[in-house]
Amino acid sequence: MTDKKEWPLWEVFIRSQHGLAHRHVGSLHAPDAEMAIMNARDVYTRRNEGVSIWVVKASDIAASSPSEKGPLFDPANSKVYRHPTFYEIPEELGHM
Amino acid sequence: MYAQMVKTGVDHIQSKEEMSPEERAFQDRVDQDIKIEPKEWMPEAYRKTLIRQISQHAHSEIIGMQPEGNWITRAPTLERKAILLAKVQDEAGHGLYLYCAAETLGVSRDDLMEQLNSGKAKYSSIFNYPTLTWADIGAIGWLVDGAAIMNQVPLQRCSYGPYSRAMIRICKEESFHQRQGYDIMMKLAKGSSEQKAMAQDALNRWWWPSLMMFGPSDAESVHSAQSMRWKIKINSNDELRQKFVDQTVPQAEYLGLTVPDPDLKWNAERGHYEFGEINWDEFYQVIAGNGPCNRDRLRTRVKAYEEGRWVREAADAYAAKKAARAQAKAA
Ligand SMILES: [Fe+2]
Ligand SMILES: [Fe+2]
Repeated sequence: MTDKKEWPLWEVFIRSQHGLAHRHVGSLHAPDAEMAIMNARDVYTRRNEGVSIWVVKASDIAASSPSEKGPLFDPANSKVYRHPTFYEIPEELGHM
Repeated sequence: MYAQMVKTGVDHIQSKEEMSPEERAFQDRVDQDIKIEPKEWMPEAYRKTLIRQISQHAHSEIIGMQPEGNWITRAPTLERKAILLAKVQDEAGHGLYLYCAAETLGVSRDDLMEQLNSGKAKYSSIFNYPTLTWADIGAIGWLVDGAAIMNQVPLQRCSYGPYSRAMIRICKEESFHQRQGYDIMMKLAKGSSEQKAMAQDALNRWWWPSLMMFGPSDAESVHSAQSMRWKIKINSNDELRQKFVDQTVPQAEYLGLTVPDPDLKWNAERGHYEFGEINWDEFYQVIAGNGPCNRDRLRTRVKAYEEGRWVREAADAYAAKKAARAQAKAA
């Protein structure tokens, strides 16, 4: 009763009107990139949510592994001097 | 609700001491409101329960298009028709967001479709009732989407990332659904005596099934307790039902319509409405497949799937042809 050949999964990225970067909004199935964009328009931009759509085959995305979250992101933990709040600026100088 | 009486496969709630280190770390994260994401470790029962819950929710959105779709060609004005079309299209979108969320847990779309089309999958009891008049379209938006919102708003905070994000998208769209329904009811309630009678009749028929949507009391249910611990269920069924009644009764009064419950009365001390006994036999009959429209809903669903087959095949053939051409060019 059901097709046994599933269409590939595409991840959908949308850029909204306000000059922000494309943002991941969800995914969908489609036979090719062209249809994926058409479907993405219908599924994810019914209310003017975007002015540009990217679709990427989910199988083409390489992702960091959740179990290596520690080693991968730890190095940033010790570098507090990368944040502006690390530095104390005299109050009489006002905003900096 | 759109997912009713979801089983968790557990027979008691584990204490932290009984848990394995992995389970304990998982529960700690849930307790701290840290979202669980697809590739992370999770207890098998959590994964399976979520697949059940999210897919039931998705199937409900898909089947839920039918009662309203029934009136698209007969909407009283072109504007109402455009609105109803947009609303039904939203529900298709909700189904798709949710199927994608379910798929992140390792179930395939084909399997989900197969479960729905074969009649194996459950969907909400509410969509097995017929839409007899145009007023039913008003009543559905007002009551059915209203009840769904009660449940979906807290689920935006649920522990599973993809489900929570799907709920956030859905909730953004739902308030239009409820308001367009109430708008239809207002028009009818202010219309001729026949129109007002139509609105009352729709309320009479949809009131109790809407209260049943929340499911039987789950105060004693180990499944609900477990789901709440996992934060994939936020409120008890009775709690949400009470909230729904408290919110909806004044809206019915505003319309000048009567809620079909002789036992309904305001309890000033509790600050809540008291309401009459729900006919749970009817509910169990409907979810067992014996509601007024169960067979018709499934038949229509399978027919739509079969009639769309040539479109899917054509899209496949076109994609294959294009891919072959691109390959020939590259060679
Ligand atoms: Fe919906
Ligand atoms: Fe809705």
